[in-house]
Amino acid sequence: MTGPVPARLEIEGELTIISAAEHHERLLRFLTGGPDLEIGLSGVIELDTAGLQVLLMARHEARRRDLRLRLTEHSPAVRDVLALAWLTPDLEAAA
Amino acid sequence: MNDDDFRDALDTFLTEARELVQDFEEGLLELESAPDGPEAVRALFRAMHTLKGSAGLFGLNHLVSFTHVLESVLDELREGRLQVSAGLVSALLPCADHITALVDGVAEGRQESTAAEQEVSARLLAGLAPFQAGAVSPPHPAPAPPSGPRTWLLSIQFGPDCLRNGMDPLSFVRYLARMGTVTRLVTRTDALPRADEADPEVCYLGFDLEFTSDASKADIESVFEFVRDDSTIRILPSDEAAELIAALEEEDRLGDLLRRGGVVTDRELAAALAKQHAGESAGRPLGEILVEEQIVQRPVVEAALSKQRKTAEGRVQDTQTIRVFASRLDKLIDLVGELVIAQSGVALVDGHSEEQAHVLRLVEEVRHTALSLRMVPIGTTLRRFERVVRDVCVELGKDVDLVITGGDAEMDKALVERIGDPLTHLVRNALDHGIETRAERERLGKPPRGRLALNASHDAGSIVIEISDDGRGLDRERILAKAVERGLVARGDTLSDQEVFALIFEPGFSTAETVSNLSGRGVGMDVVRGAVTALRGSIDVQTTPGAGTVMQIRLPLTLAIIDGFLVCAGDTHFIVPLDRVVECVELPAGASGRQFMDLREQALPFVRLREVFGLGGQPPRRQSVVVIEHAGQRAGLVVDQLLGQSQTVIKPLGKLFQDVRCVGGSTILGNGSIALILDIDALVSQYIARDRRAQNRSNLLSSMADMSSAERLAPAGTSAGAGR
Repeated sequence: MTGPVPARLEIEGELTIISAAEHHERLLRFLTGGPDLEIGLSGVIELDTAGLQVLLMARHEARRRDLRLRLTEHSPAVRDVLALAWLTPDLEAAA
Repeated sequence: MNDDDFRDALDTFLTEARELVQDFEEGLLELESAPDGPEAVRALFRAMHTLKGSAGLFGLNHLVSFTHVLESVLDELREGRLQVSAGLVSALLPCADHITALVDGVAEGRQESTAAEQEVSARLLAGLAPFQAGAVSPPHPAPAPPSGPRTWLLSIQFGPDCLRNGMDPLSFVRYLARMGTVTRLVTRTDALPRADEADPEVCYLGFDLEFTSDASKADIESVFEFVRDDSTIRILPSDEAAELIAALEEEDRLGDLLRRGGVVTDRELAAALAKQHAGESAGRPLGEILVEEQIVQRPVVEAALSKQRKTAEGRVQDTQTIRVFASRLDKLIDLVGELVIAQSGVALVDGHSEEQAHVLRLVEEVRHTALSLRMVPIGTTLRRFERVVRDVCVELGKDVDLVITGGDAEMDKALVERIGDPLTHLVRNALDHGIETRAERERLGKPPRGRLALNASHDAGSIVIEISDDGRGLDRERILAKAVERGLVARGDTLSDQEVFALIFEPGFSTAETVSNLSGRGVGMDVVRGAVTALRGSIDVQTTPGAGTVMQIRLPLTLAIIDGFLVCAGDTHFIVPLDRVVECVELPAGASGRQFMDLREQALPFVRLREVFGLGGQPPRRQSVVVIEHAGQRAGLVVDQLLGQSQTVIKPLGKLFQDVRCVGGSTILGNGSIALILDIDALVSQYIARDRRAQNRSNLLSSMADMSSAERLAPAGTSAGAGR
């Protein structure tokens, strides 16, 4: 891999309404961490609408601030929800 | 769901079902009086629809198939293909009763209807057949979906609080995917605010989807049954949507929204809001749909707005209701009761500090608030009588207007529930015996339509319910004749009007010459009085011959706390309900051995608490008499000592003491000792009026006779007991 290693955040456990506020905060802090960012989703065991919303907001915020944000290593739970919501792994509309 | 959860959910369903049936019934009556209310029809439809949906969730197929027919008839009405008529309302009203019966059956554990109920169902549905679309359809039409799969366009926007309330929009999408095929879906993110301004617990996302399924619209709607209130769910068949879109004005983007599952821009939103503020002109159904559609977007945007707006939302939520288990409420009130008791203990201590005074004030406020939790407006109960009046009038062929006033007067829920039946009795009586037939009224020069008024009002710590009619009034002579015939009164006795009219509350008394279906079976008024006095209330009748009768029921606001008057006899404390206390006087010397005393030139019968409760020991030299009133009659209670006013929390007596007479409950005093709350009515009827009972109704005035014989023994100055 060339270039600087992107800053990376792992999300683990449940990304649901129960932890949404906490993760949201964490993601907002993480977004201040540089131009090249990566979020690892391999540890996400559950994702709901609130969780998806948190990810979408991070995505929008990154775009607004001109940051490069990649979502990586989608866990089965994440893939399942993205399929349901017709979103690409990059959270773009699939249809 | 485990069994307990299921039971809880079913209980909730039962409560809601009963409320829905009540709404349905009220709605129908409203519809009959004002037939051109589209909102009323929609509300009726919603009530049946919701009931059907929830019944379906519990697999109560008999309820589903019954309500389905009602729903389809109401749908005809809603779509304007059917007009409101008295016949329709008359066909629908008994259905409400039948649903109640079915719901009661479910409450008793029956998941299917009995043979008898099936018969009723079939009969009622047959009655509705003429009103159904294509009147040839069989009485039990199955919910027939159009054959073959159909494509639907769904637009789902959940309320901002849905996530906090534990609802996950995606799980609904997942459920839909199981009912059919989601052929396209767009996750709508346009309402997402900037990340640093967002509340991650508010739902900003919406979903637009194209969905192919065999399911009917109602089936799809039923998926969203529990979230429909604060969510915006649009379900359109794709072909209808195309027509809708074709007819759209340029600037309205609903078509795009639906077709592409697209984005509502701020500009459109602002336009919609401006439109809304400008006041939408009616009569454009399509335009209405659009505006509706756009206005409902507003909560989403609002949720994204500043905190200030959230506070405003919070205020709105304050006016919403929440369902609480009655047992928890009772527990709270019980605790507050303890607090009040403890408070009266503190209040006994002299010279308390400012802090203590503050605490006392707060306790007082807590008590008021806690009691107000149990308070419900009496209007719901009173409105039930619209139905009663309607049915009775149909049966008797009379024309009567019902006028209800004061429906927002509040009283304890337990009381409201228990006063319903006595009131029904009185209303039926007024209609049956009070108000004359149309012909008779015309002959008497009265307005041909009778008038029955129900009024509720607060009066000095009690609630007064009046049932007044403009009928023929009570017939003094007939009542008296009947009373003589029944042996309630001796021939030749002189009775005051009030005494004569009070006779109608005697057991087994009825003057109706023909026994109609409704009343006049000789049960009724005594039962009514019994029910009212059991609630610590009283009933009174005033009548003007030829002009009408007023029945006045007076009830305490709550059964939980009363203002009491604390007295003692021997070592035992007693509480006399304060509203029954007229005055306190000293027991005259020389009254020993007698049961009467002279009170301002009138004989006052009294009873000694020491004797009633078999208390031993020597009475003190000076005793007091608490003068109480019972059904217009005064009597005295002889006690050792008067201890003053005390706020009293009623604690029911345990099972062991349930047969104890003359004691209505108990309470714990501030110093920890127990006081018995006297049941004045029982006390008076058992001891003061016992002579009358003993002589087995042969002479109402036997006690008066006793009084006059007592008089002869009494020192000079007593006069005849005419004032009783």
